[in-house]
Formats: sequence, C-alpha cells, structure tokens
Amino acid sequence: MNRKEKTLLLGLTLALASAAAQAAPRDDLLAGYGVAANKADPAFAGFSAARGEAFHRKSFAGGKADTPACTSCHANDPRTAGRTPAGKTIEPVAVSASPGRYGDPAKVEKWFKRNCHDVLGRECTPQEKGDWLSFMLSR
Amino acid sequence: MNIPYRALAIGLVTIALSALLFQRAQAGGSHYFAPVGDPVVKEECGSCHLAFPPSMLPASSWQRMMADLKNHFGDDASVDPATARRITDYLLANAGDAGGRRYGDKLLRGTSTTNAPLRITELRKWVREHREVPAWEWKHQDVRTKANCVACHAAADRGYYED
Repeated sequence: MNRKEKTLLLGLTLALASAAAQAAPRDDLLAGYGVAANKADPAFAGFSAARGEAFHRKSFAGGKADTPACTSCHANDPRTAGRTPAGKTIEPVAVSASPGRYGDPAKVEKWFKRNCHDVLGRECTPQEKGDWLSFMLSR
Repeated sequence: MNIPYRALAIGLVTIALSALLFQRAQAGGSHYFAPVGDPVVKEECGSCHLAFPPSMLPASSWQRMMADLKNHFGDDASVDPATARRITDYLLANAGDAGGRRYGDKLLRGTSTTNAPLRITELRKWVREHREVPAWEWKHQDVRTKANCVACHAAADRGYYED
C-alpha cells in the first residue's frame, strides 16, 4: 500500500467512525421513542417514514395561526433550508443534507417541545416524534 | 421589429427596485454593536432571530426579558435554569448601560434605563433612524418583520448596522 492509499484508508476509517459515533445517539433516541410509543399503545408496530412525511406536511388547527404546519418554517422538501418568521435560515432537517443533526437528544427534545406547541398546540406523541425522525433519517 | 416591451418594462422595474434597496443598504455612517460572542447565548438567542447585541438594550430590559421567557413576544422560549443564568449574566455584563460600554450609547440616548423597554424597535432613536423606511419595504417578503435586521443590514450578524 503506498502513502496515498494509506491516507485514503485512514480518511475513510475516520469518516466511518464519525458517522457511527453520530448514528449511535440517534438510534438510542429512536429506541427511546419506540419504548414510549409501545407503552402508550401496545399495538404499536414500529415507526414509519411515510407517516412521518405526511405529518411533516399536514396542516393543524390547534397551534399558532401563523405556523399551522412543520413546513411553515421548515421547507416542504426537508433537504432544502427553511426560514423562521424572523427571517433566520434554518438548516435542512433531512440528515442527508445536515449530517450533524439529531446527535444531541436534549436539543431534539427542546425543539420538539417548542415546535409541537407552536404547530399542534400540544406535545407530540412518541409515535409522532419517531415517525417524523424516521422520515428525516431516510432523507 | 418586434420589441418585447413587457419584458423590457419588467426588467427596468426590477433594476430600479434593486437600486433603491442597494442605495438604502449603502448609505450612512458607522453603527457598530458588538455581536454576541458567547456560543451558548448565540445558539439560544440566535436560532429564531438574529442574536441581538446586548448593548442595544439596558440591563433592566434584559433582566425583565429573561424573567419571562415563557411569554417571549408570543413564543415560549424557556430554557433550563442553568442556561438561563448563563445567558442573563452575559446580557447584563454587556448591556448598553453596563459600565464602560459605548456601543449602545447613541441608540439608548433618551431611553430610561429603569422602565425596561423590551422592543429594540420601539427605542426612540431606533424609530427615528428608520422613519424613512416605507411600509412596503417592511412588508417585503424578504423582510416581513422589524426584527429581521439582516434583511437590509447585510453585516448585522457581524455587528455593523449601517443604513
């Protein structure tokens, strides 16, 4: 193996390791939502990215008038950037476009809490969270 | 010859509007307000809107604001107690009337430091500085709110608020 190949191999290993390091907290997060979803509904049969996609685009009436849907601020296509009402750019919510996302469970919970209240007027259920997250991980 | 009047007219109007906005962005003196330097404050206060420079309001305002994050201009922006303390400390230490500050001097001139105004956009000086901005510009889809400083002040996130 020459020097260039060695460097490439090292780079690949590091990239894989960092991808794995970021995937672990996400898996734990999703597993946690799964346990909670099962508790709430014993018939729960796993998360669905398709349900998450429908949820992402659905309009709700219970929240604030200017933010009826996730897509009021996040883009319809999660791979593109969104925008807050005050004009701040929101990095894409799809993991393929923002690989660093969802690595900090406290941060994820913080934003679910805020955004679910703004959009639905209530907390999101563990199943809604898991579905939505599955959609973002699949994109 | 077939002259595309319609296309020409649209083009001219676009150029005129851009020139108008550009001129507004270019003119004027130097208005520097040190941007937020603390990473936690920047993250917590800068996710939804620009992390406004602490020197734009007196300490009493920041204290009042941090005491009621649950009702933060219509949003629940509450954070955990440790984070809240860190943010409050930073804002108070760098407030417009904190000892030795000068960035906020002009903006806070004529503002009572005790009645704790919450909206930067209601400070007398702020209102005067923006009196020539027409209503349609505030409603422009790239602006929409007076809290969106960067829409016109392109370098606001670095602390520069030239006209």
